[in-house]
Formats: sequence, structure tokens, C-alpha cells
Amino acid sequence: MSNIQDFISRQESAIQPLEGKFDMEKWLEKANAFFDLPLRLRSRLIILIAAVLLIPTFIFPLWNMTLYANQFPDGLNLYIYSYTLDGGHPEGRNDLQEINTLNHYIGMRPLLESDFSEFGWIPLMIGIFFILTLRTIVLGKMSNLVDTTVLFIYFSLFSFWSFYNRLYQYGHNLDPKAPVKVPPFMPPIIGSKQLANFTVYSYPGPASYFLVGFLLLLLVSILLSGRHVKSYKRLSTLK
Amino acid sequence: MKNVRKKIIFKGMISTFSLIGILSLTLFSGCSRKPEVEKGTEKSSTIGAAVASYIAPGDMDEYYLFYSGGHSGNVFVAGIPSMRHIATIPVFSPYPSTGYGFDQETKKMLGEFTWGDVHHPSLSETNGNYDGRWLFVNDNANNRMARIDLRDFKTKQILGPIPNVSGYHGGAFVTPNTEYILAASRFSIPLPKGAYAPIEQYATDYKGVVAGIAVDPKTGEMSVGWQILMPPFDYDLGDAGKGPSYGWAFWTSYNSERATGKLEVTSTQKDRDYIAAVNWKAAEQAIQNGKFKMIAGVKVIDPKEVPDIVYLIPCSKSPHGVDVSPDGKYIIGSGKLQSITTAFNMEKILTAIQNKDFTGNEDGIPVLNYDAVKDAEVNVGLGPLHTQFDDKGYAYTSLYVESAIAKWKLGTWEVVDKIPVSYNIGHLAAVEGDTINPKGKYLVALNKLSHGRHISVGPSQPESSQLIDISGEKMKLLYDAFTEPEPHYAQIIKADKLKPIEVYKKEDNKHPEAIWDVKDAKVERNENHVTVKMIAVRSSFEPWKIEVNEGDHVTIHLTNIEQTTDMLHGFGLNEYNINVVVDPGETKTIEFVANKPGVHPFYCTNFCSALHQEMQGYLLVKPKQSVSTGMIR
Repeated sequence: MSNIQDFISRQESAIQPLEGKFDMEKWLEKANAFFDLPLRLRSRLIILIAAVLLIPTFIFPLWNMTLYANQFPDGLNLYIYSYTLDGGHPEGRNDLQEINTLNHYIGMRPLLESDFSEFGWIPLMIGIFFILTLRTIVLGKMSNLVDTTVLFIYFSLFSFWSFYNRLYQYGHNLDPKAPVKVPPFMPPIIGSKQLANFTVYSYPGPASYFLVGFLLLLLVSILLSGRHVKSYKRLSTLK
Repeated sequence: MKNVRKKIIFKGMISTFSLIGILSLTLFSGCSRKPEVEKGTEKSSTIGAAVASYIAPGDMDEYYLFYSGGHSGNVFVAGIPSMRHIATIPVFSPYPSTGYGFDQETKKMLGEFTWGDVHHPSLSETNGNYDGRWLFVNDNANNRMARIDLRDFKTKQILGPIPNVSGYHGGAFVTPNTEYILAASRFSIPLPKGAYAPIEQYATDYKGVVAGIAVDPKTGEMSVGWQILMPPFDYDLGDAGKGPSYGWAFWTSYNSERATGKLEVTSTQKDRDYIAAVNWKAAEQAIQNGKFKMIAGVKVIDPKEVPDIVYLIPCSKSPHGVDVSPDGKYIIGSGKLQSITTAFNMEKILTAIQNKDFTGNEDGIPVLNYDAVKDAEVNVGLGPLHTQFDDKGYAYTSLYVESAIAKWKLGTWEVVDKIPVSYNIGHLAAVEGDTINPKGKYLVALNKLSHGRHISVGPSQPESSQLIDISGEKMKLLYDAFTEPEPHYAQIIKADKLKPIEVYKKEDNKHPEAIWDVKDAKVERNENHVTVKMIAVRSSFEPWKIEVNEGDHVTIHLTNIEQTTDMLHGFGLNEYNINVVVDPGETKTIEFVANKPGVHPFYCTNFCSALHQEMQGYLLVKPKQSVSTGMIR
């Protein structure tokens, strides 16, 4: 044991001369101390609120698309939920069926719920994040909080890419025998686009805002517990 | 400075012009009224009238107007105040526009008849107010009664020919909770139908009938209710009592002379004919007590044997309309060959019945003492026919001979205004004007003659209906509209009382052969029966090819799988006299015998989409004997 301690002290003394430049070891130590930080009550409460924000993502759509044309002054609505696909149901219309019927003229595949693998794994992942978040509250470790946050950012970007790719495929794999030939196109993700006689608007839905809110609250709770740096400085000096 | 002066001059010009405008308007409207009354016509040329009936493109009317379509067999739907014709509801006649009478269901409803004579639409009522559920219409020609569901504006049931009822003119008027629809015989005949008696025995062996058609309060399903055997008069129009007269039904009758031949002479000899007052609550009771005889399968009450159900009220010569006031106190009868409308008092009628204040009887039916039951004879004008009511206690009576409408006050019996109409008004319809809560505001004059009011269309002239503003003291003509022959009565209902659907939802389609996926579309053969399950969707039929043998019995179940409003598809089969139209989410069944060999195209008849022309297919009928020798190659 003493050998090891010796070794460490030697190493430390060896690094000493580099003072003034970047001290990797110290930084790692600091980082370790940061990850070991306990989560303060305030942070845990905020994380709890974040967890609650995940619930409405099962109620509201992630993305809204509205297609306006002369014949549809009120717009055809398409709602992408985390778990399903639905159209507007104004009196006397089924928007999803109508969009599919119209799309068949340009040879676009019908939008079918069963074609979207996302509707399987996105709700599963949101459920997992719900559990991970509760776990973070219980264990109260900064490391858990950071894990959850980083995983969530990755999940969000991956989901976004996945939907983007899905829309790209719909707009590019058009039946060559379709009655109306249109050049392949990318449907709008955010913003509007003119497609034949339709002006298509596409914007994130309430569920996306809840997910953004979830991420922001996690970041806030990191800051709240992380800003309490004095405690870990004291901790490290005490060592 | 110059600019300022210019502006002042400009402003001055504007105000001068507008002053001239206002002056000319006042002058115009001032001089437009008086001479027109003298001429018997009124040209509504004020800007006010134009604005009052104008509905800007895209805007909606405030009321529905349901016209009877007379011998077209249809019902017309228009909007008020624009008076625009919006739709035609086929009832008693095949109507290729909607494919009515070509599919199995509607063919069966129409039966052997290809026309009917729609006279009096009657909106269903709850507590004396229109409830917006159903519209009932009678067929004067073939003695039928039809129910239109206002959920989808389609005819759902045709009852009849109703046994014993002959010349069903005296309907459809509903009782305040749509318990019954009134029915009556305009043309008395020997009963049951099919029985024979020489015309010389008209006065004794011919029978009239007044009746109540029962309505199921939940489904609207109609069935023959009670009937009452009546003397051989011509029962004309009716109305159901309400409030103090609830439980009673009234019908006018002409030809109390029991005459035959040239009725215009023979039936107009007496100074008074009758209004028949029927206590339908008592009739219901009598039926329950078994006091009836079966005639042609219907429970019929004979007033000779069952007293206290029917009474006759003398009414001025050859009465036409009988209308109960909104409060149910007055029964207004109009003798079309006199210049008076008579208001009978329900309270006095009940008292006279109680005191047996009778002046005689007709085949055992007591005749009430005229002077004991009438409240007033209102001097409305020449040829009074029908009366409607507003929300301020006024009555409006149509004057056929005078070609005008008289406005008079209930209770004071004073005529306060008159407006000429173009020309020869029959019925008139005020907004909810025959309910317990009339709404006033508008009145539509349903005129029989329109000549000279429209660009000429040759000898076959349309009918005219005129929108009249009745919100003020003076009636004001707003608009002339024209319809095909021939609206009789019409009713006006607030648009928001109706909640129509525009698509048959997939889950609501109960047709056993409906299919929703092109994978299920198929042609099946069972010996010489070929059954096709077909889908119509933009812009194709599936299957698009039907191969059969000459003489095969073909059944096509056609489902329009669209779920979008206004996305209708038609199915017209060339030279087979078939055209069916399927609404979004609807399934219709077509049956025919493939007795014409060769190749018969079918196509979508109701324009649907950019590729509507391409929506077509072929019925290939293989001939029994090969006729290939004659085929051009």
C-alpha cells in the first residue's frame, strides 16, 4: 500500500512543475468530484417536474403538418404522435385518408402507422427516460443526472434524424407509374413549402416542446447542483 | 393651400352626391309603394331590400326552407334569406342526380310508382316546436307518406299506399309531439279499395276517411294508426291542436253537398261546409277499448257507432286551410269562395260539445252551432286560403283571388296591412310560423303564377316564391325566386336546429356487403348468379372488369370508401338504364339481368377528381351464341 501511495505522491510532485499550464490530473479529479456531487433538494424537485413533463408527450403530437389548398381552406391536418399517426377529423372528413388518397396521384406510399418503427421505440425510450429520471432523483448523484441528460440528447437527435429520413424516403421513393409525375422532393420539417396546389406547413407539436422543456429542466438542475462548487472544492482540499 | 382647397371641394362634392343619393332613395321608395299597390305588383328595388336578402359568397343562410315539390315527387331545399335553391331531395320519383330509385333499397321503397305528388311538408315537433329530426311529406296521388331523415337529407321510409285513404291531401301535419301525422281522403270512394259502387250511390256508399299515422318517437318509423269513417265530403287540409286544443285534429272539407260530376258547380251550392274536429285522444282510447272494425287490415272507428270523437263545425263556403293559432286558442278556417276568414274559439267549441249545442248531424256526426263557436269573421279579402303566424300576435292570410297577403291581429281581428304578390298565392310560410313559437322576420309567398316576372322560358312556366320581410309594421317584398313545379306548402326552420352529417363514417356503415380494402374487391359466381363487391375511390373502380354470361343475374355491392365531404362517385352502366350515386362511406346494391350481350362500359357519373374521366370499367357479357362472324377486326 505504501508503495502505491509513494507512487502517487511521486507522480503528483512530477506534475507540480507544470503549474500554470493545463493540469489534466487536477481537472480529472475535479471532474470526478463533480460527478460524485450529491444532488441538492432543489435539483431533485426540478428533475421531478421534468419527469412529469414526459407524461403529456403521450397525449399531444410531436409534430404537426397542415396542408392548405383552395379546396381545403381550413387545411388538412396531419399529427405525428410518439406512438401513432393521425389526421384531423373535422366534420365530414378524415384528413389522413384524404392525404393518402391525394398522395396516390403522385405515387407516394400511403402513410401507414405500421410502416413507422419509430412508433414502437420512441414511446419505449420515453418510458425508459421516465424511469432513468426517477432513478436519478432517488440515487441523487450528479453522474446519473449527466448520463440521463446525455442519453436524452442523443435520443432526441436520433429520433429527429429518423423522422427526417422517413419523410425523405416518402418524398423520394415515388411510384414511377404514378398518374402525376413530380420531381422527388423533401417535405418541410420546420417551415412551409409549396407542393403542387398545396402549401404545406410543418412545425413541432406540443409534445416536442415538452421534450425540450424536459431537457432544459435537466440542464438547469445540473447547473443548480453543479454551481455549488464550493462544496466539492472543500471536499477535495479536505482530502 | 391649393391642396387644402382641393380637398374641401372634393369633400363638398362627396357630401352633395351622398345627399342626392339619400334624397333619390327616399323619393324612389316613396313613389315605389303607392302606384304599385294600384298596379297589383311591387318591384322591390330599394337598396335595403337587396341588402336584406343578400348573402355574400361563402356566407351561410340563417334558415332552411323546405318546399314541397308537388307532382315532381321531390322536396326542394332553399336557404333564407338568399332564396337560393341548394338541394333537391327525391322522395316519390326516381332521381338520377342522386341515383335515387336505381339501387335495390330505393327501388323497393318506390315500388311500382314512378311519381308522387308532394303537398305538405311537416317537420317533426317536440312540445309544439320543430325539433329538426325528420321531415314528413304526403303523396296526394298514391296515398303514401314519406319520412326524410334530416341527419342526411335522405328519404328513409315510404308508407303506403295507405289502406282506405284516397287522395291523401290532408297531411302531413304532425301533432305537437309527433305522436301522429294527419291523413285524410280528398276523394271519397267505396271502401275497402277495390270495392265497387256506381257513382249514383256516391252520397251513401262512398266513404271519406280521416286518420292518424303513428310515429315511433325514437326511430320515426311510421305505421298505420287509427282511421275514422267519414261522410263522403272532400277532406282538404288539416292542422293539429296545441295548448288548449291539444288532443284535437282539424280538417276542412268541401263538397258537403255530396255531389258528383262538375264539382265546381255541384259542390258550391251551400253557403257553408265543414271543419271536422277529431278528438284523437278519444280515438286512441276507443281503439284501445276495441271499438273499431277492421277494414283492409286497419282499425277503423265508425262515428255512427262510437260517439264523442268527431264533430263538424260549419265554416264559410268551400274552406281550404285550417290553421291553429300558436297559443292553440283559435282555429282559423278560410272559406276560399268568400272574403272572410273565420276564427273559432276552442273554449267555445268545448263548451258547445258539452252543452250539446248542435244544429243537426251528418251520418250521425253532430254539427256544432256556428254562432256559438265562432269568435270572429275577419274581413281579409278575396279568396282566403291559408294562415301563418308571427311572434307579435299577427296572422297572415294568403288571398288567392286577390293575389295578396293580409296581415291581421289575433284577438282584435283587425286587418292592418296588405301586400300584393305576383301572382295568385297558394300557401305561405313564415319562419316556424305554424309552431307554438313563431319567429316572425320572414314570410315566403308561394305563388302559382309567375308570368312576366322572369326571362321567358316558353309556355311551361315555373312557380314563383317571394320573400317578404314581416319584421316591421308594413310587409316589404325583398326577393323573387322561381322553382320547378310545384311547391304547395313549405316550412322554414332555423338552420342551427339541424345537425346534418356530410360523410357516412366507416364505422356507421351497416351494409352487410360493404368492403373497405381493394384486397376484398372481387367477382364471385354461384351458378348463374354473379356477385360483385366493388370499391369506388379516386379515381378507379375495383374490380374494373366484370365478366358474365348472357342471362346471368348480376348483383353489385358498390362501396364508396372515401371519407371526405363532397367526394361522391357515380356508377353509370351504358345502355342498361342504371345510374347509382354513392356518397362518401355509403354502400349501395345494384341488381340486373345481363340480358344484353356484348361489352358495356361503366363509368363514374358524378365528377370526382382530376382523373374522373379515367374512372371507368367494362361489363363483358359473353353471348349465349357466338356472333363473332359479324365482329369487325
